[in-house]
Amino acid sequence: MGGKTVTRADLCEAVYQKVGLSRSESAELVESVLREIADCLVTGETVKLSSFGTFSVRSKTERIGRNPKTGEEVPILPRRVLVFKPSNVLKTEINGGDASSVQGDD
Amino acid sequence: MIKSELVARIAAQNPHLYQRDIENIVNTILGTVVDAMKSGDRVELRGFGAFSVKSRPARTGRNPRTGEKVPVSEKFVPFFKTGKEMRERLNDGKVS
Repeated sequence: MGGKTVTRADLCEAVYQKVGLSRSESAELVESVLREIADCLVTGETVKLSSFGTFSVRSKTERIGRNPKTGEEVPILPRRVLVFKPSNVLKTEINGGDASSVQGDD
Repeated sequence: MIKSELVARIAAQNPHLYQRDIENIVNTILGTVVDAMKSGDRVELRGFGAFSVKSRPARTGRNPRTGEKVPVSEKFVPFFKTGKEMRERLNDGKVS
């Protein structure tokens, strides 16, 4: 099953086919959308895309990790991580279900 | 930020386009990602992250109330891995 990798170029092509814009403008808009989402997340704000999922930023505190090879203890510094929570619609669709039957999804 | 706000922000940067075109663009992008994952493909967006599908094997679950065994069939879950540039931007370029 699968094995292909979809890239920006494929997204640009899909936008080009669907919306009546030039190839270069389609590419620019795909870029703008990704940039806008990324910029928003960098400020720490959550991005909720209905029937797709939610991206949010979580802050992790410092903890002690271990180098699995040497057993040496190393501090893992506090950091921010991006988490993606797929919507129920997306989870259902990926399992071959009918997304329109999913209730209570934002 | 929700989808409609994202559309509004992009629309403000592109006054020559109709808002419904922007909506169409955002939905096409998300739809393409979903379709790829549905066919088990990976979506790699450099600088942002990668979407993929992971399989959870079939297992025997238990009804926690009755303790009864129930078969749970194999299922697929969407997975997102943050891109390198994004990870760095979230941490002012300090974490690799």
